[in-house]
Amino acid sequence: MNINIKSADGKATACLCGEIDHHNAKEIREELDRFILSSQPKELAIDFKEISFMDSSGIGLIMGRHKLITECGGKLIVKNPQLYIKRVLKLSGIERLVKITCDRL
Amino acid sequence: MKIINEVKFSMPSFSVNESVARAVVSSFLIQADPTVEELADIRTAVSEAVTNAVVHGYRHSSGKIELVVRILEGNIIYIKIKDKGCGIPDIEKAMQPLFTTAPEEERSGLGFSVMESFTDKLTVKSIVGKGTTIIMRKKLKNNE
Repeated sequence: MNINIKSADGKATACLCGEIDHHNAKEIREELDRFILSSQPKELAIDFKEISFMDSSGIGLIMGRHKLITECGGKLIVKNPQLYIKRVLKLSGIERLVKITCDRL
Repeated sequence: MKIINEVKFSMPSFSVNESVARAVVSSFLIQADPTVEELADIRTAVSEAVTNAVVHGYRHSSGKIELVVRILEGNIIYIKIKDKGCGIPDIEKAMQPLFTTAPEEERSGLGFSVMESFTDKLTVKSIVGKGTTIIMRKKLKNNE
């Protein structure tokens, strides 16, 4: 798992690359939480463009970060999920809590 | 139903083996010519079942997870995932969406919902203290 976080003017984007399952969710969670707590961004977008696989562990990951960043006064956005990841997101109903956006290519 | 091909393997309940299970199942099923979407569905369902065994079945212990994958006549995929862990006391409750016994690990309680949605048939058998067996079937629509 490769995580690249870019931040400017209180807005941040975390680009994730690899697969999200129970095994590697912990590493992603720790890195994102460290960033949220230290930088207190107004907005954090998690970019899923380079995520090739995600099971329901990813839902727990998004819910947890949504909760933390909301407590810190910011908001979370999910960006560019691939078709198969969208199906898992839809099943969870998470779009009622977190905005899902796609960059125009 | 006639078995066209079959693979059986077992592995210790290490979380790193969640991706190993997905990789083995994917490689084996290529010969059945699934669509990208069908293969993604099966990979996700397998990942959920193996994760359940790691996180819940062997929560306070460790042991083997056994997988059987078959390609059956009529392009039906059969997947059995078995653990000898603690078992599920109330299967009906465990299968309710969003129900989880591991919120501290950020488990969303959607594992069984994903398995149900992404396959055609899901069977869960469990005996407390003996373990859990999950059987999933999915008919591939292509190549008929």
